[in-house]
Amino acid sequence: MAEISIRDAAKTYGKTTIMAGVNLKVANGEFVVILGPSGCGKSSLLRMIAGLEDISAGEIEIGGVVVNALEPRERGCAMVFQNYALYPHMTVAENIGYALKVARVPKAERLARVKVTAESVGLTDYLDRKPSQLSGGQRQRVAMARAIIREPKVFLFDEPLSNLDAKLRVQMRHEIRKIHNRIKATSIFVTHDQHEGMTLADRLVVMNKGTIEQIGTPAEIYDRPASLYVAGFIGSPAMNILPGTYSAARAAVVLDSGAALNLPFPSGIDDGRIVQVGVRPEHLTLVPPGTGTFDATVEVVEELGPTRLCNLMLEDVALSVLTEGRPELASGNTVGVRVTMDRLHVFDPGTGLRINANEAVRHRQPEPALAQI
Amino acid sequence: MIERTPLLNIATHVILIFGLIVILTPIWLAFVAATLTLQEVNSAPVEVWPGDQLWPNLKEAWALTDFGPKFVNTLIVAVGVVVGKITLACITAFALVFFNFRGRMLIFWMIFITLMLPLEVRIVPTYAVAANALSPFQTMMDFTGITWLINTISGIEVKLEWNLLNSYTGLILPLVATATGTFLYRQFFLTIPDELVEAARMDGAGPLRFLWDVLIPLSKTNIAALATIMFVYAWNQYLWPLLVVTDRANYGMVVVQLSDLVPDQLTTGGGTPTWHLAMAATLVVMLPPIAIVILMQRWFVRGLINTDK
Repeated sequence: MAEISIRDAAKTYGKTTIMAGVNLKVANGEFVVILGPSGCGKSSLLRMIAGLEDISAGEIEIGGVVVNALEPRERGCAMVFQNYALYPHMTVAENIGYALKVARVPKAERLARVKVTAESVGLTDYLDRKPSQLSGGQRQRVAMARAIIREPKVFLFDEPLSNLDAKLRVQMRHEIRKIHNRIKATSIFVTHDQHEGMTLADRLVVMNKGTIEQIGTPAEIYDRPASLYVAGFIGSPAMNILPGTYSAARAAVVLDSGAALNLPFPSGIDDGRIVQVGVRPEHLTLVPPGTGTFDATVEVVEELGPTRLCNLMLEDVALSVLTEGRPELASGNTVGVRVTMDRLHVFDPGTGLRINANEAVRHRQPEPALAQI
Repeated sequence: MIERTPLLNIATHVILIFGLIVILTPIWLAFVAATLTLQEVNSAPVEVWPGDQLWPNLKEAWALTDFGPKFVNTLIVAVGVVVGKITLACITAFALVFFNFRGRMLIFWMIFITLMLPLEVRIVPTYAVAANALSPFQTMMDFTGITWLINTISGIEVKLEWNLLNSYTGLILPLVATATGTFLYRQFFLTIPDELVEAARMDGAGPLRFLWDVLIPLSKTNIAALATIMFVYAWNQYLWPLLVVTDRANYGMVVVQLSDLVPDQLTTGGGTPTWHLAMAATLVVMLPPIAIVILMQRWFVRGLINTDK
């Protein structure tokens, strides 16, 4: 058990900087997910914590000890790899117990611990098999067991589920969370899958191009993305982004198409400032033409099962709406769109950062009905 | 690509059978010759069916060539070459693939270049080195003036000498010092996924531990392939043993002994050539390499095609 703190970490290869100014504190026993597209530096960050890659600048501290110069084995971390990285010539039991063998744990104790660990991940019947005789899910379990048996201070996961099929992925996701709840080791989990990130994390770290865009609970990040990048990355279908100009007189953002979005909260934005407004597809409602905030033309309607996703065009801006029920709409129809005004996000198109801070309080408040439960 | 047409099947079989005949005919003729008497083997036309003199011929050839101790010698050299080669190849490739050090590529290419210089090409310098294994160092010291320095200061004249002629070391070392095995190993080590290396590091295994616990067990088929090739290679050596061993009684190798039996003007002195004995001895000399190849065949093929999945 240990807390991790990363201060101003940077990574450079020759003259190319791939990561700069990364600051992150992970509390003891916390489950943190680092989320980002491929090439954003999330795996590098994890490998720097593990000690598999050098850190070019800054400090990494695990359990109060600066580990910059320590070998991986001295850092007390265990890692689960994307391709499992099991030793192909060893049986499951040997794979799980290898770290103990290297640490010269006596054989009797080693076997006993292998047995207990294997049982905890449901591998008891497979101890004598070779990795090549196991399914993907079972191999993943062996990789987990290999990490668990060392009783590490820190668990590191490097996209461990991306080689599994969709169903197994959900199942293993639950198991990882259950194991975490049981052993409560500090965990850092790297993934590019936002569902994995949202469901697993105590706290989510969104990375982009070698820097941290936002840190927060999954709900915070979903409800209050700190930048256009996070807004577009988190949420599926993605948030709609509409360009417009703020008008102080009308307390509204006037879209390029002429429609006005009234901001129901004091915004403090300068008059005439060009902004981008974000609104999630579930915060738009379809209404009869002329009765909504603006009218738009239907392009394509996609069936999702519980809802339908309507792709609309508001002049030359694409817009997607998650409908309630299953309205019969044909391509080319005109529909009205009502915007839930208190769920708007305003961003600066230049910096990409969120500008209005004042509505924060409203979003944070739990809905009354739920708060009573 | 798998083609399934009867005509093509027949054609490929014809080619295969033809190749088999080409390869087997000389062996068959050698076998037949080894079973004949002196008169029969020298009569025309060439006999194609075996006679009944195999055992007596074998016995006579064995005694003439003093095969008993020579087999032991050859076995020592062949096993020495196999073990030395595998060890050297394994650790060199290990260093080249898994460590990042200055001049790594330079060293790799220098090893690569030795592939173009087989023993036969560099046999004179190699002989010179074998005559005094320390002579390169002596040359370097002479050249840089260290010898002179030591001589001036202490009055001692440095003359390094380590003679490898007429020794197992002299027979083995030059055959070990080639790049083939290093290449086989390097190619195999390059296929080891980085994650496996990292997993071992996370598990706390140092480089040597990783080599011993992971790489060597994984390269078993490579070891088998290399061992087979090197054993046959060392067993069949002729030129080098002929050159480096003058004390044939103690350090002679079988192939050199065998060549004594091959009839020429010198050995027969104008008499009837004793092909039946030469062929009988050939059969005996062939046996160990054949046994090794048959034994290791399964591993050997897997090691070379590298699909141990």
